[in-house]
Amino acid sequence: MLDESPRKLVQVEDLRLYFPIHTGVLRRHTGDVKAVDGVSFDIFEGETLGLVGESGCGKSTVGRALLRLYDLSGGKVRIDGTDISDLSVGELRPIRPKMQMVFQDPQASLNPRMTVSEIIGEPLVEHTDLDAAGRQARVLELMDQVGLNRIFQNRFPYEFSGGQRQRIGIARALALNPKFIVCDEPIAALDVSIQAQVVNLLEDLQDKLGLTYLFISHDLSMVRHIADRVCVMYLGRVAELSPRDDLYANPLHPYAKALLSAVPEADPNAETTRQRIILKGDVPSPANPPKGCAFCTRCPEVEAICKTEAPALREVAPGRHVACHFVEIQNRAGSTGPKKPEAIEPNQQGERA
Amino acid sequence: MPDGALPVLDVKDLKTVFRTRGGEVHAVNNVSFHLQPGELLGVVGESGSGKSVTMMSLIGLLPQPPADIRGGQVMLGDIDLRTAPAEVLRGVRGKRIGFVFQDPMTSLNPVFTVGSQIMEPLRLHMGMTKAQATERAVELLELVGIPDARKRLKSYPHQFSGGMRQRVMIAIALACDPEVLIADEPTTALDVTIQAQILELVKDLRKKLGMAIIWITHDLGVIAGIADRVMVMYGGQVVEQAPVKDLFARPQHPYTRALLKTVPHLTGARQARLQVIEGQPPILTAHPTACAFRARCTHRFERCDAENPLRRPVGHGHDVACHWVVNAEVAHA
Repeated sequence: MLDESPRKLVQVEDLRLYFPIHTGVLRRHTGDVKAVDGVSFDIFEGETLGLVGESGCGKSTVGRALLRLYDLSGGKVRIDGTDISDLSVGELRPIRPKMQMVFQDPQASLNPRMTVSEIIGEPLVEHTDLDAAGRQARVLELMDQVGLNRIFQNRFPYEFSGGQRQRIGIARALALNPKFIVCDEPIAALDVSIQAQVVNLLEDLQDKLGLTYLFISHDLSMVRHIADRVCVMYLGRVAELSPRDDLYANPLHPYAKALLSAVPEADPNAETTRQRIILKGDVPSPANPPKGCAFCTRCPEVEAICKTEAPALREVAPGRHVACHFVEIQNRAGSTGPKKPEAIEPNQQGERA
Repeated sequence: MPDGALPVLDVKDLKTVFRTRGGEVHAVNNVSFHLQPGELLGVVGESGSGKSVTMMSLIGLLPQPPADIRGGQVMLGDIDLRTAPAEVLRGVRGKRIGFVFQDPMTSLNPVFTVGSQIMEPLRLHMGMTKAQATERAVELLELVGIPDARKRLKSYPHQFSGGMRQRVMIAIALACDPEVLIADEPTTALDVTIQAQILELVKDLRKKLGMAIIWITHDLGVIAGIADRVMVMYGGQVVEQAPVKDLFARPQHPYTRALLKTVPHLTGARQARLQVIEGQPPILTAHPTACAFRARCTHRFERCDAENPLRRPVGHGHDVACHWVVNAEVAHA
């Protein structure tokens, strides 16, 4: 991170992922669910990019598309310099060890009939030529790394609690020394007191191994804790992409504002004085998104132009990207007020051309 | 008790055990609490802490067996719900006590229209005619903020979004003007912006209708914004109980303290590292003879292993079940 311009490990350009809708007896292609509709961002080496949004906004789909678990409908994904958008399954294989995933539900993502050492060792069987003894040594090393007692190596997933299962999932993701890990809601299924254990583990591993994370979550407080930069998605598009402290101190996009104001704080005094923006209605269907800005149906600051023209994601301040027609004006107005000095401090890994 | 008013609901020493093939699970151990008229009592705890089972036990919603309610008294006015016959309980559920469950998709019947599900308790408990029930159902849907209410009566649950379904659930729970509303993680399955809508709705309904509410959640943020009083559960027991501001300002039990420190905040200084509660929640295979939290507690001493602490008052309306806290109080006095 001392580097003047950190290297872009993951580059996403205009990523699109449409799921076709087939109707009628002939199963004609009659439309698309536009789960991800033109998303662009970069992830720098060694950083954690938080990806937040409500259910159905496409955040998990982005995570999976980055690892080519889906075939892309459009756009480019470059990981560590290699364009993986159009590679075949065979061509992807040698690249897979670089990029791994930790899933939300540690119950569903571990094979119940495999022991812990088989689960953690499986990627080694697939991708390395280690012999049984070598694999065994590596599995034990991994178990130490994630804080699982070695004596558990021959146990089955059902014998573990949720937090321990998530540790197994993390050990499996680490087996091939990846550079980049997509963490898809890794703590959502865990109890509050266990969440902190897993998040601390992820942070320790990042420090030790120099990992880069895409941390997908709907828990905005936890994202504030773990992420360096945060990308807020709404209905398949990026609403705002900002360095963490800037976003939480002064969200620019109206949706980011509403989302942050909706999160309840564990402080009864703050709760009584807090101004909350209550959004009307629900998220529109991604099969039939509104014309213009995706947020125009619920936006409290909506104007005529929002309903006809989709705003592009623009850099409105150093490192701060916002897709809203009116943000530039708000930003100028905001800068006359008591603007936080760290908003322009270059220690965040924002883009500085 | 904070005020002189008679509690609407008074629970004493409720004990529920599940008999399973692997032995007994002591899910609720001598839980006592009361609910004042018009008050919102928040119940916080992790999964397995017994918060849902407590509420299900007190209204007789658990199938017996495997559940076995071993003891206790649940006074709703002058009826003891624990010993009351089934017919009396049927007259109470849905009429004097309303329920809202966590997942609005699975708790609504998918093959009946929303209207018929709202009208069911009205016709059953209030003896309304179909026409009267329809009018009341429209009124209820409008009350919970569903636009175009009369038309929506004919819709099926799948035609509503998650937030709208939860509004329907609230409408059903409120249908017969209950004295007590029990809401079990009603916003956990919802997105934050929808959760904010539902929380606003409940605050609004409380002002209008003034019923007492028990709100179960694991989210300390939700509790902070909505509750008057909070009860913290751990290992099937109430470990601390206090007015909401008092609990957040002066948490006493080591579990409550740790829990409040373990959640990251949206504002204020960022911690470099999250505080962790080491270890796992207890497995409740026997009636507790020692403190349930002792294995994870940083203040553990001999007495914690020997004796299960009882709840003792440590302030106005604030009580806590912890040997260490009581010792410290004595030392300070």
